[in-house]
Amino acid sequence: MPMDGGIGASTKRREDVRFLTGAGNYTDDINVNGQAYVAFLRSDVAHGKIKSVDTSDAAGMPGVIRIFTGADFEGIGGLPCGWQVTDRHGEPMQEPAHPVLAQGKVRHVGDPIAAVVAETLEQAKDAAEAIEVDLEELPAVVDMKAALVDGAVKVHDDLTSNLCYDWGFVEENRDAVDQAIKSAAHVTTLELRNQRLVANPMEPRVAIGDFNRATGESTLYTTSQNPHVIRLLMGAFVLGIPEHKLRVVAPDVGGGFGSKIFHYAEEAFCTFAAKAINRPVKWTASRSEAFLSDAQGRDHVTKIELALDADNNFTAIRTETYANMGAYLSTFAPSVPTWLHGTLMAGNYKTPVIYVNVKAVFTNTVPVDAYRGAGRPEATFQLERVIDKAARELGVDPIALRRQNFVTEFPYATPVAVEYDTGDYNGTMDALERMIDRDGFAARRAASEAKGKLRGLGINCYIEACGIAPSQLVGQLGARAGLYESATVRVNATGGIVVMTGSHSHGQGHETTFPQVIAEMIGIDASMVEIEHGDTQNTPMGMGTYGSRSIAVGGSAMVRAAEKIIAKAKKIAAHLMEAAEADVELKDGQFSVAGTDKSVAWGDVCLAAYVPHNYPLEEIEPGLEETAFYDPSNFTYPAGAYSCEVEVDPETGKVEICSFAAADDFGNIINPMIVDGQVHGGIGQGIGQALLENCVYDDQGQLLSASFMDYAMPRADDVPFYEVDHSSRTPCTHNPLGVKGCGEAGAIGSPPSVVNAVIDALQSGGHDVDHIDMPVSPSRVWAAMNNA
Amino acid sequence: MHMSDSREITADRETVWAALLSREVLKECVPGCQEMTGSPEEGFEATVVQKVGPVKATFKGGVTLSDIIDGESLTLTGEGKGGAAGFAKGGAKVSLADGEDGKTVLTYDVDAKVGGKLAQLGSRIIDGFAKKMADQFFTRFQEAVEGPSETEGGTDAPEEGGQKKGWFKRVLSR
Repeated sequence: MPMDGGIGASTKRREDVRFLTGAGNYTDDINVNGQAYVAFLRSDVAHGKIKSVDTSDAAGMPGVIRIFTGADFEGIGGLPCGWQVTDRHGEPMQEPAHPVLAQGKVRHVGDPIAAVVAETLEQAKDAAEAIEVDLEELPAVVDMKAALVDGAVKVHDDLTSNLCYDWGFVEENRDAVDQAIKSAAHVTTLELRNQRLVANPMEPRVAIGDFNRATGESTLYTTSQNPHVIRLLMGAFVLGIPEHKLRVVAPDVGGGFGSKIFHYAEEAFCTFAAKAINRPVKWTASRSEAFLSDAQGRDHVTKIELALDADNNFTAIRTETYANMGAYLSTFAPSVPTWLHGTLMAGNYKTPVIYVNVKAVFTNTVPVDAYRGAGRPEATFQLERVIDKAARELGVDPIALRRQNFVTEFPYATPVAVEYDTGDYNGTMDALERMIDRDGFAARRAASEAKGKLRGLGINCYIEACGIAPSQLVGQLGARAGLYESATVRVNATGGIVVMTGSHSHGQGHETTFPQVIAEMIGIDASMVEIEHGDTQNTPMGMGTYGSRSIAVGGSAMVRAAEKIIAKAKKIAAHLMEAAEADVELKDGQFSVAGTDKSVAWGDVCLAAYVPHNYPLEEIEPGLEETAFYDPSNFTYPAGAYSCEVEVDPETGKVEICSFAAADDFGNIINPMIVDGQVHGGIGQGIGQALLENCVYDDQGQLLSASFMDYAMPRADDVPFYEVDHSSRTPCTHNPLGVKGCGEAGAIGSPPSVVNAVIDALQSGGHDVDHIDMPVSPSRVWAAMNNA
Repeated sequence: MHMSDSREITADRETVWAALLSREVLKECVPGCQEMTGSPEEGFEATVVQKVGPVKATFKGGVTLSDIIDGESLTLTGEGKGGAAGFAKGGAKVSLADGEDGKTVLTYDVDAKVGGKLAQLGSRIIDGFAKKMADQFFTRFQEAVEGPSETEGGTDAPEEGGQKKGWFKRVLSR
């Protein structure tokens, strides 16, 4: 039994008290005295030359304080890209400028041209509409392959083409892979599109800039997953404000899913404008603006080939992917199709040689960057779909084919540069098979058929690299940042603890889980521990939350800091008990001397640290506060096996998910209830991608799916009750908690099993369909069934 | 989107051609047109109020006539800006041919596109909307030239003395 409120306890989420009672403090809840409002005038064409921007009529409209255009940002830095990818030929990627407000050209619908700051939002919007922009519309490039044709219209005139980079990984293996595919007994090929998605967190983005004339300090309140990163990028690269004069606050954040990692123009604008007009400036995105300005996700077009020998062992994998960058490079965009995608192409399988080619392409569309899973869902989807297709072509059981090729010995160095420290893929597959009653499937299929429905069962595995990541490694790979995490543990005089973490919670439940770890380590009640996060002023420099890294990296930093606290507290306790430090033990919040009945309580030691009357001052300082920075030696590798059963209505093509089961290995688990919730949410998003969501541009670059009328988000009746199992646990070998991270698994692991199940259902009905691109909508399924 | 259709108008080619070049006819026929100024030579300026699904806006824009082959064909090109609602633009290639019994066959080939909020919110309904707009335009055009059709009755007040002539024809025949 886990300790009440300790590691392994399903403690209820303490943050939910405020979230569920309307007491949260989101960025839009913040109103700074005297604030003005900003409305952005955004391009309604995808590509155009700005001939003039006439603000004279608008400037005279009621309430207008000032109108900014691209001219106001000349000489000011553009939005930086945080990752430089080196291409197949050793050349750096093409990296275009990304101005805060458009300069000379607009490159996607939604590109901001001007910004009106006014007394009210309505006045700002009215004035924005009165700005006269003389735009010469240019032809837009939307399709990636068309964008790479010689003579194609260029998104950026100063680049040599629309190709950002042509990446080969591992380039040295290219010939070996070609050879292995040539000599294979069987090669299965699949071409697919991993469609573009819009993250759509419930809370749209908000930014409030504030400038204190007296101190010269700027403050930005923003909806961010990583306020320190925003402070560094915006301060150092865009506005030239040193960190000690810039505070970034990301309070309660209503979901991010990756889209709130990046540094956005609106953040820089509000900070800049607040100083320029000496008034706080607030911007709140409408949902329509979110569709046009939040970085979008996925959008890969891929061909994958899987080679097998005569005994059905995987011998090689070759992939070719076109990855859409959109019009500009968002903060971490170049890393997603490369290091977060190519390195995972081995999956759970011992394929000896792999070659991944990725061409990243600029188009006149909204920029694309990390979205829940980021690269790993794209890798998982193509791999698990092609394995399923191979099993069908070879007439073998899809689970058996997977099991036969599983990596079973650890550590395992993949041919794509990463080393899995631990795992048990048969273990998660066993756990999955215990949940899904595969033997009963035939009867369930017969029952469906009796109702005129087709039933399918889809299986897949996944692996992800989480806990991003070792700074030195990512530095070699082109990251322009470190990726450690930090924590300060501050013990108060009466024994209560505040942990200031560089991680950021925007739905993950850190305020509940982080205290559970401290409670377990010290043996005190979790209610004695509070978590502070999201404000650069009172937290140590941290890299924030994404890539399922909070507990693995941020939690580890907190453990390291807490270990320092405990070591110091033991010294104090030893002094108080007149014992040798080596003999002092800490258990259940009591320090005791081994083999005696001497003990002193946690609270008494804390008090002694701050009221050091009887204290070893010659040896240690008073106070009890420690900071640690933790930089892991490797990624963590959560993995699992997922299953989905669907019914397809052959009359309409409608897919209904009957059941969904997930068996994950997350290593050690702090709070099983929260882990279940993370997996549930991830699967919901994965089902959304598999069945519903699709971001669509027309050939002019107009975004057609720009509201919830046209962009289909999953609703409650689109998803089943999930069965999840986390009993298979191989603890991470290199972090102190043995944890791996669980935030993205559901979104990574679920789309292939849904599509595999639909294909299985159609095949059972005699339809020779081996792939349908997501979203597997009724019209697409019906068309595939009817060769339409 | 793209659409084409043809209509048989009970009037001779000269009358139909003159109507095509008439500012008054265009104003009458463009659905939601509030104002129309200009001339066929210099182009027309128009203000149009329309509602596309959830987006209602006043579009200001111009219509130009080009590729004019007298009495045979011309191209109408228009662009309207609706402020925050986005924009709509399009062209119609219109050609005339002699029909039976002195009638005139009008064939049109319309290309239209929308951008901004109209595309973002209206994409599902824009094809239907554009078709409706084109239908309305040419139905009204037909009515203006030859009077309301007997089956539809039309929305205009009945003509004095039960005359079936369109108002444009009446103006011409005066």
